[in-house]
Amino acid sequence: MSKPFLSIENLTQIYPDGQGGDLTVFENANFGIEKGEFVVILGHSGCGKSTIMNILAGLAEPTSGVVKMDGFEVSGPSLDRGVVFQNYSLLPWLSSLKNVSFGVAARYKDWSKQKVLEHSKKFLAMVGLEGDVIHRKPSQLSGGMRQRVSIARAFANEPKLLLLDEPFGALDALTRGTIQDELLKIWGGTEQTVFMITHDIDEAILLADRILLMTNGPYAQVAESVEITIPRPRSRTEIVEHPNYYAIRNHLVQFLGQRSKELAGKREGETPKAPETIRIDKTGSEEDPVPSAPLRAVNT
Amino acid sequence: MFDNLSVNQRAAVLSVVMLVVGLLIWEAAIPAQKAAAELTEYERLTGGGAPKAGVPPPSQVIAKAWEQLSNPFYDAGPNDKGIGIQIGYSIYRVLTGYIMAALIAIPLGFLIGMSQVAYKAFNPFIQVLRPISPLAWMPLALFIIQDSEASAIFVIFICSIWPMLLNTAFGVANVRQDWVNVARTHELGYLKTAFTVILPAAAPTIVTGMRISIGIAWLVIVAAEMLVGGTGIGYYVWNEWNNLDLTSVIFSILMIGVVGMILDLAFGALQRAVAYVE
Repeated sequence: MSKPFLSIENLTQIYPDGQGGDLTVFENANFGIEKGEFVVILGHSGCGKSTIMNILAGLAEPTSGVVKMDGFEVSGPSLDRGVVFQNYSLLPWLSSLKNVSFGVAARYKDWSKQKVLEHSKKFLAMVGLEGDVIHRKPSQLSGGMRQRVSIARAFANEPKLLLLDEPFGALDALTRGTIQDELLKIWGGTEQTVFMITHDIDEAILLADRILLMTNGPYAQVAESVEITIPRPRSRTEIVEHPNYYAIRNHLVQFLGQRSKELAGKREGETPKAPETIRIDKTGSEEDPVPSAPLRAVNT
Repeated sequence: MFDNLSVNQRAAVLSVVMLVVGLLIWEAAIPAQKAAAELTEYERLTGGGAPKAGVPPPSQVIAKAWEQLSNPFYDAGPNDKGIGIQIGYSIYRVLTGYIMAALIAIPLGFLIGMSQVAYKAFNPFIQVLRPISPLAWMPLALFIIQDSEASAIFVIFICSIWPMLLNTAFGVANVRQDWVNVARTHELGYLKTAFTVILPAAAPTIVTGMRISIGIAWLVIVAAEMLVGGTGIGYYVWNEWNNLDLTSVIFSILMIGVVGMILDLAFGALQRAVAYVE
C-alpha cells in the first residue's frame, strides 16, 4: 500500500505533570489521511485531540514521532495547512473582507490587489456572506457569521490540508446546522483535504468520510477508524433515514460511552499499529432493520 | 421647563449655572478697597490708601484674559512676552521631550514585550527608575547637559518615557495567542507580524500609555520651567508671582488647564481611532 497523502507516524506527546513527573497524553498515534478525504476525530476531553491538531498545524512540537505531508516532514506552521480555530480568531480591527484578503495576499504574494479582493469575495459568497456584511468588523457579526468568515479565510487560501478545531463548538444548535451545510457546500466544490475535531457525533457522521476514535487519556490511542458508509451528497434531514445511520451512530456512542474507557490506559510491549478499520454497512441486509426507536433516546 | 432638553443640554445648562454662581460668589467675597475719602486719618497715615495686593475678583481676571488673548504673541523683552509665546515655548519643550521618549519607549517596549527574558531583565531597572520624581533629575541634568533649556526637555523625556514603555511592553506581551497563531499559520514574517498583527492589537494599550505620558509631561513642564526660568508658562506663573500680579497668575493657571485639556482630548481622539471591539 502506498503512503497516504498525510501520514502521522508514532506520534507521542508527553507533558510534565507539574509534580516532577511526566504525563503521557497520547502515544504511538499512527494514521493516514488520503487526498480529498474528510476525516473527523472524536474523543473525550483530555485525549489530546487539540494537541494532535496543533502538531498538524505546526503550532506545537510532538515529543516524538513525525507528521509527513506529501512525503515531507512537517515542521512549523505553513500556508499549506490552514486552520479554523474554535474561537474564530478573526482580527477584530479588520473588516470581514480584510480578514480574508490579508490571508489571500499572504498566500498569493504576486496577485494584484484587485485579484486578491475578488478571490476573497468569491469565498465569502460561498459561505453566504455578500454585500454590505463583508465590510463589517467581526464585533458587528453574530457568532455564526464570524465562523463563516473564518471558514472562508481558510478555504480561500486553498491549503493542501485544512484543519478545523471544533469549529462549531461555540455556536448554538440551529446556527451549527446551517453552517455545517455551508461547510459541506464549500467543501463539495473543492478537492480540499480536511481534518476536523468535534464533540458532536451527528456532526461527525454528517461531515466525515472517516471517523477516528480515540481512547481516553492519559496514554490515549487512536483505536478505531470508522468508515461512514453513507453516500454523498448528504443532508441533515436525509441521512437519518439511511439504514447505516443509526448503526454507525450506535457504534460511536458505544465506543465513546464505554469502550473508550475500557481501552484506556497504558499498554506495555505492544507494537504501534494503525487503528482498526471498522466498516458498518447495513444496506445489503433487509433482515436487520435499523432499531431506530430505542436509539433515539441515546444522547451524548 | 427642562423636560424637552437632552441629557447633554441639561448638563450644559447646569455647568453654566455653576460657573456663573461660582464667579458671583468669588466676586462678592473679595472685599472692596475703600476710597481714599472714606479713610480715617489714622488709616491714611498707615498707608491704607495705597493699592493693596489681594486676590483679584473674576471681573479683573476676565479683563486680563481678554487683554492677553487679544494679543497673545507680543514680545516686549525677556520679562514681558505674550501668553501665546509662553505657552508655545512650553508646548515645544513638552513635545520635543515627549517625541524623543516615544521614539525610544515604543520600539524598546515592543522588544521587551516580545521577549520574556528582556521583560525580566529590564524590569528591575524600570521599577527603580520609574518612581523617581522627574524634577529630582534636574540638578544632574543641569550639571551634565549644562544647558537649562535642554535640561527641561530632558526632564520631560525622563518623565514621559515610563508609562509609554510599560504600556507598550504590557500591550505587546498580552496580545492574544490566537492572533499570533493566525499570523504564524499565514507564514507572516517577523516584521509583518509585528506591524500587521501585534501593533494593531496592542495599539489601544500603547496609546493609553501615550495619553498618560502627555498628561504627566504637561504637569511636569510647569514645575521644570519654574526652576529653569527664562521662558514658558511655568516661568510666566512664577514671574507674575514675583511681580505680585495675581490676576495674571490666575489667568495663567486657567490657561495651563485649558492646554492640558486640549492635549488630553487629542490623545483621546487617537485612542478612539485605534480602539477595536473584540
